[in-house]
Amino acid sequence: MVSPSTPATTLSAKPAPAKPLPYRSPPPKATPPHPSSLRAWLAKARLTKKRPGSGLPARKTIQVLVWVRRLVQAGCLALFCYLLFQTGFRGSFASAEARVRLPLPVEGFLLADPFVGAMTLLSTHTVYRGLLWSLGILALTLVFGRVFCGWICPFGTLHHLSAWVFPSRYGKGSKRVEANKTHPVRQRVKYYLMYAFLAASLAGSVIGGLFDPICIAVRAIGLAVIPAAQYIAGFVTTAATATGIRQVQFASDHAQDFLAASVWQTRQFYFHQTWLIGALLVAVLFMNRFIPRFWCRVLCPLGAFLGVFARYALFGMEKDHAKCTDCNLCLVHCQGADSPQGGVKWRQDECHMCLNCENACPEDVIKFRFLPNRKSALVKPDTGRRTAIATAAAGAALIPVARIADVIDANYSPVVIRPPGAVEEREFLERCIRCAECMKVCPNNALHPAFFEAGVEGVWTPILIPRIGYCEHSCVLCGDVCPTGAIQKITEEQKMGIGQKPISIGTAFYDIGRCLPWSMSVPCIVCEEFCPTSPKAIWVEEVEVPKRVPTAPAAAAPALPSPDGHAARPPQPPDPALAGQPPQPAPALPEPPKPPEPPVLAEPPTQAHEDHLVRIKVQRPHVDPSLCIGCGACEKVCPVQDKPAVYVTSVGETRSKTNVILLEDTDYNQPS
Amino acid sequence: MDALSRRDILRRLGAAGLVLGSAAVLARARWDQGGAASLSLDGPQVRDYRKRDAPPELPQLVVARGTPSGDPANPRLLASDPADLVRKAVGALGGMQRFISRGDIVVVKPNIGWDRTPIHAANTNPRVVAEVVRLAYDAGAKRVIVTDASCNEPNRCFQRSGIWKAAYDVGADVILPSAHRFRQMRLKGEVLDDWPVYTPLVNADKVINVPIAKHHNLSRYTGAMKNWYGLLGGRRNRLHQNIDTSIADLATFLQPTLTVVDAVRVLLRNGPQGGNVADARDMHTVIATTDQVAADAYGCQLIGRKADEIPYIHMAHQRGLGTMHWQNLRLAEV
Ligand code: SF4
Ligand code: SF4
Ligand code: SF4
Repeated sequence: MVSPSTPATTLSAKPAPAKPLPYRSPPPKATPPHPSSLRAWLAKARLTKKRPGSGLPARKTIQVLVWVRRLVQAGCLALFCYLLFQTGFRGSFASAEARVRLPLPVEGFLLADPFVGAMTLLSTHTVYRGLLWSLGILALTLVFGRVFCGWICPFGTLHHLSAWVFPSRYGKGSKRVEANKTHPVRQRVKYYLMYAFLAASLAGSVIGGLFDPICIAVRAIGLAVIPAAQYIAGFVTTAATATGIRQVQFASDHAQDFLAASVWQTRQFYFHQTWLIGALLVAVLFMNRFIPRFWCRVLCPLGAFLGVFARYALFGMEKDHAKCTDCNLCLVHCQGADSPQGGVKWRQDECHMCLNCENACPEDVIKFRFLPNRKSALVKPDTGRRTAIATAAAGAALIPVARIADVIDANYSPVVIRPPGAVEEREFLERCIRCAECMKVCPNNALHPAFFEAGVEGVWTPILIPRIGYCEHSCVLCGDVCPTGAIQKITEEQKMGIGQKPISIGTAFYDIGRCLPWSMSVPCIVCEEFCPTSPKAIWVEEVEVPKRVPTAPAAAAPALPSPDGHAARPPQPPDPALAGQPPQPAPALPEPPKPPEPPVLAEPPTQAHEDHLVRIKVQRPHVDPSLCIGCGACEKVCPVQDKPAVYVTSVGETRSKTNVILLEDTDYNQPS
Repeated sequence: MDALSRRDILRRLGAAGLVLGSAAVLARARWDQGGAASLSLDGPQVRDYRKRDAPPELPQLVVARGTPSGDPANPRLLASDPADLVRKAVGALGGMQRFISRGDIVVVKPNIGWDRTPIHAANTNPRVVAEVVRLAYDAGAKRVIVTDASCNEPNRCFQRSGIWKAAYDVGADVILPSAHRFRQMRLKGEVLDDWPVYTPLVNADKVINVPIAKHHNLSRYTGAMKNWYGLLGGRRNRLHQNIDTSIADLATFLQPTLTVVDAVRVLLRNGPQGGNVADARDMHTVIATTDQVAADAYGCQLIGRKADEIPYIHMAHQRGLGTMHWQNLRLAEV
């Protein structure tokens, strides 16, 4: 095999195969050494294990293409992760007035997703903006079949990887061959799901987003994997800090800085009930131990959708059944469980076009080519027509059933606060594919996947939970990344109401029994400070209220914290010459001395051991519902920690004509 | 049933003994005897970055203003470059080299609290910040850090305040607040005891406070001392319940080398966040001083307040952190 002119090539370590492979003529004596030794090296690298059977190697193009496929898969997964990491605002050096938008089309993979395009086309009868890109993937499918599944889909690549890394003992050898044979019954499930979801879309709800692989990948990695990884990294930082060693702290701080600037954000994000999202991801990845690419073969509605179109593909497989020795090598490597082996018909709609089978076949049975003869291929999905129609009908029927539950028309939930720019609820359900882009991008961790708050139709649609994060006044990023227009691309002027009525997502209410100035005679008004509208929706009224000052028995007086309020002053140290020294703790006094400033109207204590009342001034907050935009800043910052004294509900949201309170609206064109 | 060999018995006994022994050692080492953690009663923590010397020939409080229009009907100040005002003010105070030594790590603490643009005057003017950074570098600082723990979303505050870019352009190290940079600390103040403190502000050789003067609905005026809210993480929304003592505690904890108050444009109403351009007015003034109490006592007059109306200034004065009687200081107007 090794050309005699290059005795000491890379092969020196191991002896060349004893017998030259039969298909190759011995190299001519005087050829340049290079190509042949390279070929020998390649052969060596690939074939240290001698190919079984006749040992015919695959065509060079196929060998190369398989590697190209692996690179493309890795590249697409990396690009997907990169875009996901970039789905967040990390600041920039843009000028103060520049509009804050993301520089990259971070929702790109969703825009290219034809199943999302088809669902929203059926529900809204339009193709929203960038979703036109999904035609590209459709075109690719019409030429090459389901190459998206085998080459591009990042979720598919994750399954490909885990089926390779974690097969159980039932996923190896002959068991794997068995698992990789076509199992028509289970592989039909995805078609039924697809038909059901398309029918549901036609009925007005794109719940299929729950099962779209790109949506799942964004949702599960963005809302579960990344925050969990950050949480673990937080433990590491805490441990590093606890060592007290400067270098260790320095290194961990800088590592955290780097990760915060590249993978996650500067703060830990939390997502409402995200455990289920994470657990489902783990479960579906785990299934690869038993059935390789379980997700892609059995459940994926996008795969099914592309499978329907794969029948028109110009590229496909031809088999030479006569040569097949039933070695099953093709089946060991098959991704789609599409019957590549000889003796049966190839299932074009199931094939991921990974080309592994041709690469593995030692007998020259399998050939991928343009315009193959279809003698040994089944191109149409093998689904019973009746079952398909029945499942579609079930999908369509689901929607009215969900709607007669009381969640939309009759009893709209106060906690379903939709992001700013969201369209009216029915249209929202026609558009929102639960991809979680908006939740991932929200800089304040305000948007969360709903659980059952918005009804069964609304699972994992975005709701704003102000207690965890409020809507930043000048931010419009959620609409910026929403691929389907469920959240419209609004401008800052529209959102903040510059020269127009601002977009309101709800209204704030006070729970005055819990509000400090209202019921505890304690100053606060943090809510007013954070209220971003101008004029502020929260206004304060200064009132004089009684405050109880407990008087402890003189003998056992502990150093009480001084009574609050502007009026009450801490006791003064007797010695004025303390300047420059650190101040002393206030000496314990049974009663505060008369403060130097007027507003205290202390009632003289009637008895030495009785509490007495002082009158102090506090500012009590009120909401003006005509100005409130429901951003939730007040709720976020209210110091009453567990159940805040001011909270936002969805009523008064701009997008709804029914979820309203006030008859009149403020005139925003009046000069302020 | 087979009889156990002696060897087996010994091995099992040995293993059981080993497990018990190590459990006992671990339990003893980690034994929590309960009871309240011991409380120490010593005085408050102090980070005092002040210069000790106060040369008598130099002023203690400098107010730099734009040039008057000279029109008696309209006695306002003409716009002037904020950087010039900073240079004049710090220069009159003895120049930055009086405060910064060669090789110092200097922290500049502007107010970057809000998602507002400079026109709203809710954050320190970026050109004031940049000039302070530049002066510090010129005086020989090794590294100048600009940072704050914002109220709104920090990335947005840093960008939209204009401070990120302005400070970066003059070579400052702009640090965004992130969770791992807060460390629990016992401040031992009167109301502030155990709080997460923003570490970049306390790991420095010199600290320059560069607040903006503005209205504050609860504390009435915010300027130098109130700016130390940016020191704390955690649930600082509770501080409002006793805002004056909180501010005094913070000012006790952190006493800066220099205070440069930006009053180039001053928010007169709806502070501290503002949002309405009409609520702010151009004042073309910069105050530089070594006395943070005097800085506030003087500054609050800009929004029509008097120092003795503002309780925290009073408290800080009584604690000896500085003087509220700025009239008694050597004053220079430039
Ligand atoms: S609203 Fe959010 S989850 Fe729904 S489609 Fe838009 S970005 Fe995706
Ligand atoms: S909910 Fe508000 S803060 Fe969050 S991304 Fe949308 S606009 Fe921005
Ligand atoms: S929810 Fe309303 S009242 Fe509360 S901060 Fe936002 S606009 Fe102001």
